[in-house]
Amino acid sequence: MLISHDEVRYVAKLARLKLESGELDRYAGQLSGIINHINKISELELKHVELTSHVIELANVFREDQARQSVSRELALANGPEVEAGAFRVPQILEAEEQ
Amino acid sequence: MEFEPVIGLEIHVELSTESKMFCGCRAEFGGEPNTRCCPVCMAHPGALPVANKKAIEYLARISLALNCNIPGRSIFHRKNYFYPDLPKGYQISQYDQPFAVNGQLGIIFDDEHISVGIERVHMEEDTAKNIHAGKSGRIAGALYSLIDFNRSGTPLVEIVTRPEIHSPQAARIFLNKLKNLLKYLDVSDCNMEEGSLRCDANVSVRPAGSGTLGVKTELKNMNSFKHLEKGLAKEIERQVAVLEFGGQVVQQTVHFDFASGEVTPMRSKEFAHDYRYFPEPDLVPLAASSSFVQKITADMPELPDERAKRYMADFNLPAYNAEVLTSSRELSDYFEATLAYFNDSRIVSNWLMGELLGYLNASGTELAGCLVTPAGLGGLLKMISSGEVSNAVGKEIFMEMCKTGGAAENIVAARGLTQISDAAELAAIAERVIAANPAQAEQFRAGKDKVLGFFVGQIMKETGGRANPQVTSRVLRDKLAG
Repeated sequence: MLISHDEVRYVAKLARLKLESGELDRYAGQLSGIINHINKISELELKHVELTSHVIELANVFREDQARQSVSRELALANGPEVEAGAFRVPQILEAEEQ
Repeated sequence: MEFEPVIGLEIHVELSTESKMFCGCRAEFGGEPNTRCCPVCMAHPGALPVANKKAIEYLARISLALNCNIPGRSIFHRKNYFYPDLPKGYQISQYDQPFAVNGQLGIIFDDEHISVGIERVHMEEDTAKNIHAGKSGRIAGALYSLIDFNRSGTPLVEIVTRPEIHSPQAARIFLNKLKNLLKYLDVSDCNMEEGSLRCDANVSVRPAGSGTLGVKTELKNMNSFKHLEKGLAKEIERQVAVLEFGGQVVQQTVHFDFASGEVTPMRSKEFAHDYRYFPEPDLVPLAASSSFVQKITADMPELPDERAKRYMADFNLPAYNAEVLTSSRELSDYFEATLAYFNDSRIVSNWLMGELLGYLNASGTELAGCLVTPAGLGGLLKMISSGEVSNAVGKEIFMEMCKTGGAAENIVAARGLTQISDAAELAAIAERVIAANPAQAEQFRAGKDKVLGFFVGQIMKETGGRANPQVTSRVLRDKLAG
């Protein structure tokens, strides 16, 4: 397989996902399948094709620098599970120092 | 062993546009939390960014002022990481195709001209603001945090220097020069206290003369000039001590605590350095055509070096004066504004460099907070040049203007400081002073001309400095001869 269990664990950690041991196998297989699929492209003759970041031929799409009304604070905070002093309240960012 | 520090700076500048980088919310410091946000800067599903035209123009202005090369095409990337102040889970930034590369900015340090290379200048967006609830206000002891999205999406330009700075003092001078340049460019208020200009530093040490780089650490958030200089000095000291005791410097991010002067490692969980950059599909590339670059160049405001040259040519000022006066935009603007009220550039220049800067330094005041306006200073200088008050008394009046903000005419009237130029009045005082000091008078008559200064001093004392020095000298000579 192109993707090892370690790589699945690493990606899961970056994505803050908790995986059960059985899922390692399953996702390693699925991710390897995707890579295999993409690798098909390498079978083509691509020496003269430039790297593409965007598929449409368009550049410099701008808006003028004009401020407009923002949403109300009430609406802005409406989906926050916890709100305090007009702000979103989030859990402790760093866990307490290990002893 | 002698060690040489190697320093590179990463500077973040919040642009002073009216609206945010990718949405129309107002971009302004402060405000009630979460009152300047919308689906785009709070990352609601389906919201799409559109780049702010003025921000790109400001970015181009900065790039050109830093003598950078602007490639014809650059693109935005997504920098992925999880943090509560980053609602999308990625920051829109630039990666391997930044807006501008390969510039330089010269500084003068130890009477030597040093050119510091600029590696890149790129566009990104600022994050939201975390307010950490807890005793220290720092993240480490916080029980929970509050998030304010007003800052989220503010246009942010990142400037990265090459590791070509070799002392904490030179780093401070560089940052100061860059700040002044940005103020001339009128692209940011550069308020370090409010975070619109922020500085991180990469620092390593190596045996003097060595060509290879040592292991570096990153000093985060050096948010004042003093902080930067002291933090770097401490970190260099720490690294040298580690190496001298046979240890190895560990590559890490460190925090400098200004109050204690301690450098401590930041907790590794605060930064995961795998950002999985990929091109931002929601924003099309930036193509800086030569006509766009030409237009920005043509609209470029006058920069400090050009201004200094103009002062030398138009006002005939010495190079040193021109350099000091243009060392900050505020001072330079103040100089030009004062000239509108009193059109003698030499005198204005001398007053700004002597009295005004002297007062600001001694009192720790910023020019912006100075109570004497250009009109006020101009009024005082007029009174001095017309002889209404003497130069010495003028300096006293100036100090009072600094303290109270009053106008020179009012201070003179209230304190009776008008210069005495009336020969008869001065003659009467001169007679008294001569009579009281017969020995000195005898010395003068015996040919000791220097004693005249003593008598002038006595008359100044009698009149509280109000005597016109020219008239006083003339009257004294008359009386002493007679």
